[in-house]
Amino acid sequence: MTHFEQELASLKEKLLTMASHAEAAVKNSVLALTNRDYELAEQVRANDGVIDRFEIEVDDLAIHLLSKAPLASDLRLIVVASKISQNLERVGDEASKIANRARELSQEAPVQFPPELQRISTLALQMLKDALDCFVNSDPTAARALIVRDREVDALNKKIYRDLAQQMISSPELVTRCLNLMVAAKSLERIADHAKNVAEEVVYLCEAEDIRHPASAASEAKL
Amino acid sequence: MTTVMPEVPIPKPQVPSATPGPVAGPALLETKDLSLFYGTNRALRNISVQLGQKLVTAFIGPSGCGKSTFLRCFNRMNDLIDNVRTEGSVRIGGQDIYAPEVDVIELRKRVGMVFQKSNPFPKSIYENVAYGLRLQGMRGGSELDARVEASLRQAALWEEVKERLQTSGLGLSGGQQQRLCIARAIAIRPEIILMDEPASALDPIATAKIEDLILELKKDYTIIIVTHNMQQAARISDFTAFFYLGELIEFGPTSRIFTSPTKKQTEDYVTGRFG
Repeated sequence: MTHFEQELASLKEKLLTMASHAEAAVKNSVLALTNRDYELAEQVRANDGVIDRFEIEVDDLAIHLLSKAPLASDLRLIVVASKISQNLERVGDEASKIANRARELSQEAPVQFPPELQRISTLALQMLKDALDCFVNSDPTAARALIVRDREVDALNKKIYRDLAQQMISSPELVTRCLNLMVAAKSLERIADHAKNVAEEVVYLCEAEDIRHPASAASEAKL
Repeated sequence: MTTVMPEVPIPKPQVPSATPGPVAGPALLETKDLSLFYGTNRALRNISVQLGQKLVTAFIGPSGCGKSTFLRCFNRMNDLIDNVRTEGSVRIGGQDIYAPEVDVIELRKRVGMVFQKSNPFPKSIYENVAYGLRLQGMRGGSELDARVEASLRQAALWEEVKERLQTSGLGLSGGQQQRLCIARAIAIRPEIILMDEPASALDPIATAKIEDLILELKKDYTIIIVTHNMQQAARISDFTAFFYLGELIEFGPTSRIFTSPTKKQTEDYVTGRFG
């Protein structure tokens, strides 16, 4: 292995360590929410700085590698690593938001969760895990298959939003708690978006095809 | 009283192209099944390619892959080597340049060349540029002066040498000598300029000047450059051709070749895995 290849491997390794932190943050934030666990929520918030530092480290290494003027798949890997790290950092931010809401909810009287909240949590977490697996296995087929799963998450989030809004109208005393749940659901929906972004980057990495924003690409084709 | 607002046309939004890149346009140079033999050694194997007008095309590949040999096919420089034989065709503007009736001297007026090592004549700066024009029968005087100045300006050298045109070209720096050779090549107004590693012996500043010059010259000339410097090819060329063991492995827009080559050999070469 050349020195450059070793550095590329260490970039990938750093990104995967960052990914495991981001994944754990999401898992723990959901656990804190469902178990009304104040301590765990605090822990998620405290650990967000670790993910932020990883983003800086991954970017530093990416810039260092770009200065060596890499080409072809090496160039794509470095650019993609930097973009994935940005998505993971935002996943960490969303986990912190969920943890914030979990902390607040744990201090109030228990409220009935919308039944879809469990499903959206499972889906978002699974999408994140699968997107990272696609990256590890360089699997563009699985990445493409993952992208469409985001629609279900979006639909669930809309349903949760509608139901909670209805609940706020019928029971104004629950407004604060319902708003906290709304924000948590929205964060899970955003986590699924970031997983989708990661999957799109995996397709670019493997196939050199940019599949982002299919709607605007289609409208441009019509012009 | 009602005021009628003038109709303001709504501008169509400028949509960035999803696939920016050079347009090949009509081919100026074309080879078909071109093979070249040094004695019994086949140095080029069935190369078919079309190169567009007023574009920069870079030839890349490991040493001995045939890229310089292929370059020299376009002005028949290989004719100067014993035991060279070609098969297939090379056309410029539709004309087969290996046809018996082709005047090689005339061909080389159309297809100028700049070499790896700058090779100014041991003459003054002025005479280096005027040399080809004098051979064409141009006599001294204002017309010759004007052509020499225009060529030196186009080669981005005029400002540096205008006060010392009568001093020797050999007294210039390496980068300046190379630009003098480019001025000499363009003085006779060729259509095509072949460059065989024109900046490989130059420092980064002189290299940057040559690269900038190539991008300027592209407005008026079709340029083919052989380079070992992949970043140079990425910076200045519109299209790139990758050669390996005498074969043209891959040809395409430079941005694609350097981000997503389709052939494994190209990928391995541009990422430094072999070659």
